[in-house]
Amino acid sequence: MRHTLSIVVADQPGELSRIVGLFSARGFNIETVSAGETPDPKWSRVTIVTRGDDRTVEQIVKQCQRLARVREVQDVTMQPHIEREMALIDVAAKPGATRQEVLSLVAVFRAKVVDISESGMIIEASGNKDKVEAFIELLRPIGIRDYTRTGCIAIGRLSRVDSSRAATEEEELSWPVDERATGDVNKPSPSHPFSTG
Amino acid sequence: MIAQAQLAIPPATMPQSDVLTQPRGAEILIQALVHEGVDAIFGYPGGAVLHIYDELWRARNRITHYLVRHEQGAVHMAEGYARASGRVGVALVTSGPGATNAVTGIANAYMDSTPIVVITGQVPIPLIGTDAFQEVDTIGITRSCVKHNYLVRDVRDLAPVVHEAFHLARTGRPGPIVIDIPKDVSAARASYSRLKNISYPCIDRRSSPDPHVVARAAAAIVQARRPVLYVGGGILNSGAAPALLAFAERLQLPVTPTLMGLDGFPSAHPLCLNMLGMHGTYAANMAVAESDLLIAIGVRFDDRVTGKLATFAPQARVIHIDIDPANVGKNRAPQISLIADARDALCALLEKIESFGQARIDESVSGRAAWWERLRAWQQEQPLRFSGAADHIKPQSVIRELHRLTKGNALLVTDVGQHQMWAAQFYPFQKSRQWITSGGLGAMGFGLPAAIGAQLVRRDEVVVAVVGDGGFQMTNQELATAMQYDLPIKVLIMNNGYLGMVRQWQEMFYERAYSEVDLTVSPDFVKLAEAYGAFGVRATRPEELSDVLAAGLAHKGVAVMDIVVSKEENVFPIIPAGGNSRDMITEG
Repeated sequence: MRHTLSIVVADQPGELSRIVGLFSARGFNIETVSAGETPDPKWSRVTIVTRGDDRTVEQIVKQCQRLARVREVQDVTMQPHIEREMALIDVAAKPGATRQEVLSLVAVFRAKVVDISESGMIIEASGNKDKVEAFIELLRPIGIRDYTRTGCIAIGRLSRVDSSRAATEEEELSWPVDERATGDVNKPSPSHPFSTG
Repeated sequence: MIAQAQLAIPPATMPQSDVLTQPRGAEILIQALVHEGVDAIFGYPGGAVLHIYDELWRARNRITHYLVRHEQGAVHMAEGYARASGRVGVALVTSGPGATNAVTGIANAYMDSTPIVVITGQVPIPLIGTDAFQEVDTIGITRSCVKHNYLVRDVRDLAPVVHEAFHLARTGRPGPIVIDIPKDVSAARASYSRLKNISYPCIDRRSSPDPHVVARAAAAIVQARRPVLYVGGGILNSGAAPALLAFAERLQLPVTPTLMGLDGFPSAHPLCLNMLGMHGTYAANMAVAESDLLIAIGVRFDDRVTGKLATFAPQARVIHIDIDPANVGKNRAPQISLIADARDALCALLEKIESFGQARIDESVSGRAAWWERLRAWQQEQPLRFSGAADHIKPQSVIRELHRLTKGNALLVTDVGQHQMWAAQFYPFQKSRQWITSGGLGAMGFGLPAAIGAQLVRRDEVVVAVVGDGGFQMTNQELATAMQYDLPIKVLIMNNGYLGMVRQWQEMFYERAYSEVDLTVSPDFVKLAEAYGAFGVRATRPEELSDVLAAGLAHKGVAVMDIVVSKEENVFPIIPAGGNSRDMITEG
C-alpha cells in the first residue's frame, strides 16, 4: 500500500541521498520525494511517498531511524494528517474558447494562472494527489505540453479528534465540484500572473 | 554546509590566538585519536594524506603506525584488532585507489558489526568534483556499507567529527565509520581542545530492557517445552557470554550459536548443540526445526542460518532480542521483540525468572526432560564426523590436531571457504574473542591480515590464521607486515589445490563441472614464507601432520604451515541453499 513517510534529517550535504539510498538498496521505488527546511534551519523535513507491504516499509522506517543524522521518522499514513502537492502545468490553450474552458477548470479547482502567452498558459495547482491528478486528466484533452510536480508534503493534523472525517469533508467541499466557485472566472485573482504570484 | 559543530556537538572553543600558532588539521586529527585511546593505526600513505603522515612521524612515540602492503589488509587488520580487543580499530589510507582498496574491509566490518574507523585522504576541496588525480567520491562509494561517513569540509569540524565517529562506531550495534579528509583540511589550522561529556541525541537511543516485555518473555521461556537459545555475534559485542552461560545453566536451555557467535558459549558445554545453519550440526538444526520457542539473541536470521525462511523453525514462537531495531522483524516476525543490549536483556530476564521462585524454575526444567532426550538422541544419531585416510591428510583432522596441540587456547582467525567451516566445526572454543572470521560478507583474504591485527593486541597468545590456498593468495603479501613488526602469527594453509567450497558446490549441484576452481599452479608456500623471512614447513602425509604443526606452532616468529590435504573433501552436514533441515545432507 501507499505510505507517506515524514523524516527530519540534518540539513547537510549527502544526507538526503543516504535516505534515498535505503530505498534503492531494497529495490523500492520512491513515488515522490520532497525536502525543505523546518523551523530550525539546521534540520530539514523530507517527505517520501512509496509503495510497499507494511512490513518492508516498517523495515525502511527502522533503517532510516538508525541513520546518525536522522532525528525522527514517522510513517504518517495511519495518522490524521494533511497531504498536499503542487503542479505547474503548461497547457496549449490559445486565446478563445479553449482558454475559457481552461480558466473555468482553474476556477473550479482553485488553481491559478501564473504565466500566459499567445500559445498557452502555465497553471499552478495544488491539493492532494488525487485532486492534482484529476485536474491534469481534465486538462489533458485540451493539450498539456509539459508539467512538473513537487511531490507530496505532509503535516500532522492539529486535532486528532475525528480528523479523518474533517479531511474527507474538506475534500468534498473543494473537489471535484466546488459550488461556491461560481463567480466570474475571468476575474483576476490577487495572485494573478501579472501580480507576480 | 553547516558546521558539524552546530548540529549535535558543542563547538570547540576558539581562543583568540595567532592562527599560525594553532595546530594543523593533521595534528588535530592525531591529538583527537590519542584522546580516543588509539595506540595503533594500520595504513598506507599517499599524496592526499601526506600532512597526516608527517604528523604521525612526529607522534610516533604515541601512536604506532603499521605499514601494510595493500589497503584491504589495513582494514582487515583494524577489524582483527577490534574483534580481538573489543576496542575500535583504525585504518588510514589515501584518496582514490587507497579508498577503493579499503572498501572490501569496510563492507566486511559493516556486515559483521565490527567497530572500526577508516580515515581516507581526499583531494583538496577546490578539486573535489573535477576528476582530479586520485579522486573518487569516497563518501558516495562507501555510503551503503558504513554506519556513517563524514566528509570534513572545515578544519574546525575535524575534532568533533573524530570524537563522534569513535562514539558512533562502538555504540549500539557497532560498525565502520569513514572519515574523508581533504588534503587542504589536514593542512588548515584551528584550535583544538579535548571535548568532554558530549551527548549525541541522534545516536544515543539505547534503552534499558522494557520490563513488560521482559516479563512476557520470561513467562514464555519458563513455559516453553522445546526452547532453543539461538545466539550470535551480539553476545560477543555486548560482552554477554557470562550472562548467557548463567542464564542457560539456570534453566538448562540448549544453546546453538551462529558462525559469528561460536565463541559466545563454550562449545564443549553439555548445553551446547554447536553451530546451526547451512553447515551446522544435525542436532542444532533438528532442534530448531522442532522447537516451540526460539530465543534469538544478537542474531539477524541470516539466510545461511535459516535456509528457506518460510520453513525455518516452523513450530516456534520467536523472542528476538537485539540492540538494533532494524534487525528485528527483518526476516522473521517475532512474537516478542526486545530492543536491548544482549547482556542487559539476559540479566533482566534471569532476574525476572528468579522472581518466579525455585519451585517454578524446577518445574520448568523438569518439564523439558523429554526435549533433552530428543536432543541427546539427535546428537548421538548424527555427530560431526569424518572418515580417516591412510594416504592423505583429512582437513578435519588438521583442525582436531591444532586443537590438541594448542590445548584449545589458540585465537583462531579464518579466511572464507571450506577450511572456515571445518575450523568452526572441529575447534571447540572455551572463551569469548577466541574466534575471528568473515561471516556476513564472506571476504576471502580476510584471515591473514585479521590475524596480524589480532596478534597485536594479544601479544602473548597463539594466533593462528587458518586459511585456504585460495584466500591466502589474496592477501599473502601481508606476511611482510607481520615480519616487519614481529607479529608472530601462525598461518595454517589448508592446501587442497582447489577453491574448495566452490568445487564442492560444483560437485554436488553442477554435476562435477569443475569450472575455474583449479589452483594447482600456486607458489611453493614454504619457499614463499622463506622469501619473506618467515619459517615455512609442509606436511603432505598423515604421519607428518602432528610434527609439522608442532614445529610451526613452536616457532618464535611468523610461521607458515602448508598442510596439503585431501583434494576433494566436502563439508558436511550441508543444507543446500534455500532448503531446510529436511534437506540436510549429512554425508557424501
